[in-house]
Amino acid sequence: MDDTDRRIINALQGGFPISRTPFADAAAPLGLTEAELIARIRALRDSGALTRFGPLYNADRFGGHNTLVAIAVPAERFEAVAAIVNAFPEVAHNYAREHELNMWFVVAAESRQRVDAVLTEVQARTGLPVYDMPKQREFHVCLRFEA
Amino acid sequence: MRFLDEIDRSIIVATQDGLPLAPDPYGVIADALGLDVDLVMARMAAMAEDGIIRRIGVVPNHYALGYRFNGMSVWDVADEDVEEAGRRLCAPGFVSHCYQRPRRLPSWPYNLFAMVHARDAATAQGLVNQLAAALGPLDRGHRVLFSTRILKKTGLRLT
Repeated sequence: MDDTDRRIINALQGGFPISRTPFADAAAPLGLTEAELIARIRALRDSGALTRFGPLYNADRFGGHNTLVAIAVPAERFEAVAAIVNAFPEVAHNYAREHELNMWFVVAAESRQRVDAVLTEVQARTGLPVYDMPKQREFHVCLRFEA
Repeated sequence: MRFLDEIDRSIIVATQDGLPLAPDPYGVIADALGLDVDLVMARMAAMAEDGIIRRIGVVPNHYALGYRFNGMSVWDVADEDVEEAGRRLCAPGFVSHCYQRPRRLPSWPYNLFAMVHARDAATAQGLVNQLAAALGPLDRGHRVLFSTRILKKTGLRLT
């Protein structure tokens, strides 16, 4: 990753234009051509520096529901339980963390009913209690990562 | 919250993995969906206006950028102090997400979650210490749970 890549990451974590020439529009203030910006973003995405390029959707704004779930998984079952949890398309991300509750994942779906069904199913398939901690309130922050 | 029609839903499904890396990405999506490009752009602009789209751009991988220490700081704050505590946690500007969530007593007394990210453990711990100082007496107890591994990361999926 060079300085140009860093400038792209720092400048484009939002505000990508909605137009017929959005790459050209976004490239100009960075001193790049349309083709250069497309190639840079492709390379950053393919190398894993970006997880994605595009819109970030907010499920709770269209009737969706999401919750943070924790499970205390015995060490010897950790990989097997991770496989069960990750197999659900409704599981958006899952992290191993240092705590007795050592697996933390987000379940997002279009309805509360579907989220609850996933939790019931996870509990049944793993035999482990799930801690369901839905968001009650969000405090707005505007952090951007510096590359 | 607002109603999404089939056109909005088809646009979400077509773009949730990302935009095409082509000079006219919205035109590519419109062609694939059999829609007019002006309609696709108008719908996306409306979804952005309504907060259904949080933002459009690059989504960096924290780990790849060297932010390997992802700390979930969790705080036990009196219910009546949550609003003030949330404001204080966000004020320094380095928390990426901050949510109130229900306690799960007796084992989980924490009701306020604030994510911090750093390139090394000492820096991450330093950020949590700054948050503790910002909360002062509102902090009845806190912990930070560092992530040791990403097991999955895909984002929202509509089907």
